[in-house]
Amino acid sequence: MFKKILIANRGEIACRVIKTARKMGIKTVAVYSEADARALHASLADEAICIGPPPARESYLVIDNIIKACKESGAEAVHPGYGFLSENAGFAERLDADGIVFIGPPAKAIESMGDKVTAKRLAIDAGVNTIPGPTDVIHTAEQVTETAAAIGYPVMLKAAAGGGGKGMRIANNDEECRSGFDRAASEAQSAFGDGRVFIEKFFAKARHIEIQVLADRHGNVVHLGERECSLQRRHQKIIEESPSPFIDERTREEMGEQAGALARAVNYESAGTVEFIVDAGGDFYFLEMNTRLQVEHPVTEFVTGLDLVELMIRIAAGEPLPMAQGDIVFQGAAIEARVYAEDPARNFLPSVGRLIRYLPPEESPHVRVDAGVYEGDEISIHYDPMIAKVITHAKTRDEAISQMLGALDNFYIQGVSHNISFLAALVQHDQFEQGAFDTNLVAELYSNGFDPRNSQQNNPALLVTVAASIHCYRTMRLVGDWVVVIDDQQHPVRVRHYEDQQSHEVQIGDSRFEVVSDWYPGQPLFKGTINGEGVCVQVEQRETKYILSHRGSRSEAVVLTHRAAELLSRIPAKEPTSTYTHLLSPMPGLLSQLLVDDGDRVKAGQDLAIVEAMKMENVLRAERDCTVAKQLANVGDTLAVDQPILEFE
Amino acid sequence: MQEILRRLQEKRDAAKRGGGQKRIDSQHAKGKLTARERVELLLDADSFDEWDMFVEHRCTDFDMDQQSIPGDGVVTGYGTINGRGVFVFSQDFTVFGGSLSEAHAEKICKIMEHAMRVGAPVIGINDSGGARIQEGVASLGGYADVFQRNVLASGVIPQISMVMGPCAGGAVYSPAITDFIFMVKDSSYMYVTGPDVVKTVTHEDVTHEELGGAITHSTKSGVADRAFEDDVDALAMVRKLVDYLPANNRQSPPSRQTADPVDRIEPSLDTLVPDNPSKSYDIKELILKTVDELEFFEIQPEHAKNVVVGFARMDGHPVGIVANQPLVLAGCLDINSSIKAARFVRFCDAFNFPILTLIDVPGFLPGMAQEYGGIIKHGAKLLYAYAEATVPKITLITRKAYGGAYDVMASKHLRGDINLAWPSAEIAVMGSKGAVEIIFRQDRDNEGRIEQLTEEYRAKFANPFIAAQRGYIDDVILPRDTRKRICRYLAMLRNKKLENPWRKHGNIPL
Repeated sequence: MFKKILIANRGEIACRVIKTARKMGIKTVAVYSEADARALHASLADEAICIGPPPARESYLVIDNIIKACKESGAEAVHPGYGFLSENAGFAERLDADGIVFIGPPAKAIESMGDKVTAKRLAIDAGVNTIPGPTDVIHTAEQVTETAAAIGYPVMLKAAAGGGGKGMRIANNDEECRSGFDRAASEAQSAFGDGRVFIEKFFAKARHIEIQVLADRHGNVVHLGERECSLQRRHQKIIEESPSPFIDERTREEMGEQAGALARAVNYESAGTVEFIVDAGGDFYFLEMNTRLQVEHPVTEFVTGLDLVELMIRIAAGEPLPMAQGDIVFQGAAIEARVYAEDPARNFLPSVGRLIRYLPPEESPHVRVDAGVYEGDEISIHYDPMIAKVITHAKTRDEAISQMLGALDNFYIQGVSHNISFLAALVQHDQFEQGAFDTNLVAELYSNGFDPRNSQQNNPALLVTVAASIHCYRTMRLVGDWVVVIDDQQHPVRVRHYEDQQSHEVQIGDSRFEVVSDWYPGQPLFKGTINGEGVCVQVEQRETKYILSHRGSRSEAVVLTHRAAELLSRIPAKEPTSTYTHLLSPMPGLLSQLLVDDGDRVKAGQDLAIVEAMKMENVLRAERDCTVAKQLANVGDTLAVDQPILEFE
Repeated sequence: MQEILRRLQEKRDAAKRGGGQKRIDSQHAKGKLTARERVELLLDADSFDEWDMFVEHRCTDFDMDQQSIPGDGVVTGYGTINGRGVFVFSQDFTVFGGSLSEAHAEKICKIMEHAMRVGAPVIGINDSGGARIQEGVASLGGYADVFQRNVLASGVIPQISMVMGPCAGGAVYSPAITDFIFMVKDSSYMYVTGPDVVKTVTHEDVTHEELGGAITHSTKSGVADRAFEDDVDALAMVRKLVDYLPANNRQSPPSRQTADPVDRIEPSLDTLVPDNPSKSYDIKELILKTVDELEFFEIQPEHAKNVVVGFARMDGHPVGIVANQPLVLAGCLDINSSIKAARFVRFCDAFNFPILTLIDVPGFLPGMAQEYGGIIKHGAKLLYAYAEATVPKITLITRKAYGGAYDVMASKHLRGDINLAWPSAEIAVMGSKGAVEIIFRQDRDNEGRIEQLTEEYRAKFANPFIAAQRGYIDDVILPRDTRKRICRYLAMLRNKKLENPWRKHGNIPL
């Protein structure tokens, strides 16, 4: 076994690999960019080596620097994590040439699966179901329409070198086909330096389900069941689970067998994932193979009880797989939710900043949190905006969902915008609960983003009770006779402390709620029990107001005396004054496009400008109908957060 | 007896009707509560004793003898806020537009004198069209009588002004003298002369709101300390402020129990100051993580934002906090922030609040506008205020403490009791590069050498150790321990005694 390995990655995955290595008694070396000098992964590892300036292409993607770090530290092997160099065949080859072990598949397997056309051919040869469409690269627009006609619309034009949604175009007719071909080809050329495009049938209503495989160099291959990854937004996975609520045992076995066959066909080693799309009828088709550890691997670890990173390291060290397919037992259901630094209310724009408060839920046999940050850390503009992954596991899917909701309620982040409320709303959605969804669900439900302030509060009495309790503690009263105003609704309440002062009762109308909590003012989480049931509500104190977040909703509460509530209703409510006088850059970034001119009349929702940040293009849209008065920034400008781009009349 | 009681009730009812239902409705329609409704919300339930309810004006000119309303446009009396006594006057806009008559002024003076005698705060609710013109000079005299009492009460009892309607002309000077002015957005304004006069004199076209609204005064002029959304919120917030204040200058601010542990460690503060010295950070994060229960009552949050001032509690005891804000103008001191901080420091000193000063200041803001505006004298106000203060003074340097600004901000030399620094502190005459360019003027064009010397200078001076060597800094502390250490020192200083030499009064550079 290795004595020391290097992790060529950052963030949560680097921390996660370090954890397993430590458990195995292997020393770890972290690499970090200048922006990550204070990062958690750098301090967790036994050694940490700086490999360059903040941009990934000058640090985490520089093969020479990583090999140098290996030699400097004497690391015998490299775990690449996901992203960065994890699917770079050249990197695996270079390591090999230097006598350093790559903890992943052979370079050859990475290369053949990296090319979508080659992968599809290999899949066909291995007897894997593939999406209808020829495995030839398309060269002309005429060829596209001919082939499309043969397959039948809609079709998908794909870059051979593609991945992550880049260079993909859907076409519903000949005309879209022709224009889509040119754009897909040029996009592929600029993104991957390879303009080859091929064409496949497009499934409008499909699920994305993938099979985890493990293979060793002794020819043993097993699969670890599937992961349901259909909840995505712009090809970014949000919620993943295992098992899928959709597929049956027979399909699972067939998919597993085909995935294994493909792994064998390419002499695969290590952990890999074969992605399929599954149509409404339950037929499945090979999409691509990811030759690395996946972000969502923990759900598989929960249901199989295996440590995938440990197995990857053992396989890389030449050990045979310790189990056969028959030894693998699937237990219960696991769900993963990805917590991103983004603002769902502003159509999921990425967010950066300092984690002023970061309180992850407590880990337990049911709850796992994979994160690479700490309170006081910085979410920087340079890397992926994922903050953490929350994974829950229980006997049944329903219980796993309920564990997830509890964990999300207990996850408190202040300083950057995040999607915790959105995740809670999604997990509670009927269609998710019923398991009836496909890859379009998120786009259909939240095409304009998600605002927790508009989210239906399904338990108003709970928030009223919590607001009254908080007010009691904050004003140091043992009794209270108040009106709780939440979302413009007035709720009269009475609060009485019991004699022991350890608990109190909140009475709303005829309902009584016994509250036990050791909360005191200033704590961001109100934890306790209400009528014996556990509850966790996130609390922000704002002078005379309380902002309460719970189960995907966010409400503003004010606690008033009866008289104040009565008088408040006598004076007319104020019209909120429009503060939308400027288009501000929601994040630091580059102004890549301005889509309007001075004097243009724009409609609410119209695209105004595009700001590039965190490797993403972010479209800024008009919040209301207005007229552009003046441009305040030019294309190509580097923008600070809240820097004005346009002025409105 | 029965008859007298009946007549008493009638008179009370008449007084309570004020200017009548129509005017009350119109007051509500403007988003304003009536004078008595405001008093009700300000004070604890059923705690208000109204005095002089039957006072009427004595004017007979212009048919004024034909119209008289008991109370004469102002409600005065005594009540409690969370059990602690305060005196209140509340002008009634429904009665003669809340205009100030001789009798009206006498009522205000009467409660102010009571307040002085017993040592309790005065809260004035202003909602008045101005002087009672029919009374002429008698009304003007009334204003001056109020001003005189405001001045005598200054520094003796806390005085708070709520501006919840018009407050124009001479009327503005009573709030101006008091300790705090709170306004309500969209329904209050203050100015010496209104938009009409402004238009004729300077030809400027301006609305009431722009000229003297709550936003104007809480952001631009700094006349108001806070601007609130509505009457209900404003009154709830004054109650919160009063909870921090002592009843008078002979008492300490009231302490209360807290469940927030004094030894709470905040590891995240270790990364608050960024590695890059030119990057900013939010000093309010330090304030909120240091004080009890995340409660910080900020004064003038929207004006001169490069300095942050306000009240908080530590281990249950109120403190005044003054902090440079690196997020705004890099935290440097300028005219407005010097005045804002100086006035706050003097309030704290007058009413026995220990002062916690958090420093990250690159110096005074340079420029013609500042010099022409008299930054020398205004900056000196802050220096004067700190030097004069005898209350406990705890100072913490988080990063930069450069030049004169280092001296001014509660340094050891200005009788700072405990002066602490984080490891990231740099106490120096100026930034390293500037210093090197002066010391090695002859090498100014040699970039490589300047860079090397700057590095040397930084290594030598950009740390807290030189100052600590001389005892200007008592200790260098870990950021995470800030709350624990400060709570300890506040407890240690609780019985501090220090007196300035006798004098009639100092001559602060006004």
